[in-house]
Amino acid sequence: MASGKEIRTQIKSVQNTRKITKAMEMVAASKMRKAQERMRSARPYAEKIRRLAANLSQANVTDYKHPFLVRKAENKRVGLILVTTDKGLCGGLNTNIQRVALGAMKEWDAAGASIQACCIGNKGLGFMQRMGAKVVSQVVQLGDTPHLENLIGPVKIMLDLFQKGELDSVHIAYTRFVNTMKQEPVLDQLLPLTGEKLGTPDASWDYLYEPDPQVVIDELLLRYIEALVYQAVAENMASEQSARMVAMKAASDNAKNVIGELQLVYNKTRQAAITKELSEIVGGAAAV
Amino acid sequence: MAMTVHVDVVSAEEEIFSGLAEFVALPGETGELGILPGHMPLMTRIKPGAVRVKVPNQTDEELIFVAGGILEVQPGLVTVLADTAIRGADLDEAKALEAKKKAEEALKSQAAKIDYVKAQAELMEAIAQIAAIQKLKKRGH
Repeated sequence: MASGKEIRTQIKSVQNTRKITKAMEMVAASKMRKAQERMRSARPYAEKIRRLAANLSQANVTDYKHPFLVRKAENKRVGLILVTTDKGLCGGLNTNIQRVALGAMKEWDAAGASIQACCIGNKGLGFMQRMGAKVVSQVVQLGDTPHLENLIGPVKIMLDLFQKGELDSVHIAYTRFVNTMKQEPVLDQLLPLTGEKLGTPDASWDYLYEPDPQVVIDELLLRYIEALVYQAVAENMASEQSARMVAMKAASDNAKNVIGELQLVYNKTRQAAITKELSEIVGGAAAV
Repeated sequence: MAMTVHVDVVSAEEEIFSGLAEFVALPGETGELGILPGHMPLMTRIKPGAVRVKVPNQTDEELIFVAGGILEVQPGLVTVLADTAIRGADLDEAKALEAKKKAEEALKSQAAKIDYVKAQAELMEAIAQIAAIQKLKKRGH
């Protein structure tokens, strides 16, 4: 049995671990609130631009069809945007989304499609590289606040590939924030834009376009896609923080249990030592 | 009461302004635009600059700086989809190139074929770990 001193050191070390996990839990909790707020504040833009895009897709003046709206005959070249976190220690969050992505990639591969990936976040990038996928663009170290500015570049690569006809469809995999306890990995089709995603327009009028419809539609659809990606990243970040909070809370609770058990063992050994010493003294006194 | 129009100024990252206004002035691509209530439907790009919103019962105009974006006008509604960053074909291209370069550098040092077996094994391991932790946790309580 371990000596009293050894157990004491062990208790100390577990206590230190608990302090760290507790601190991380609290940091994650406060970051989570902010991340959720950001996620919510991105919604008005997404809604408005969705409504605009819906109006535009039904616009009847032009015979101009934007490439984003054109459905390809076959799906032989697939683009995948994988949104993950930069850091670990957030439970099964990244594993779950990677599993979803892997399942989809396997299916595409079985159907004979080639895959090009765009990785947002360190974990997904590492995963894609380890499994040898073709990563055409990446962005890592986004920090706690997602900035659209950082996402424009990597997303543009995908959109350009699609517009040039080198990709037949673009999908995005990210973790949707349901509530603090629940986050679900989802895989959505980004391009080509589908009608049901845009919804129905709320009016049948047409706009005056300045300088001309094509330019405005191009700009608008580009922003629409970017807004979707931004929303995905914002949701992913909120999911990350709440997953981390839950994981760290579990770790703190576990540490607490371990400390309790160790304390019990320590007390028992201490008591045994005292009893032993006492009986020795009594035995010695009886012998005299 | 003067005629008013509902104005929304939103960026991808936040809602900047939402409320009624008597008049909105903004830098359109083809020139400065002044929008009064009842304007006909219009959609245009806007240049980086200030959006001025005249709010009823307020002498000072609200000034909002936007780094470009898109303006949508309906008879009772003005929506400004503001950009958070200055955009331009060259700037976007530079960002794209940067992201691409990073990925290409990383790509040099790896195999061409996707190793599904390895990835699957890796994932299974992680999942098993998580499951084990959860089981341990349940037993602990």
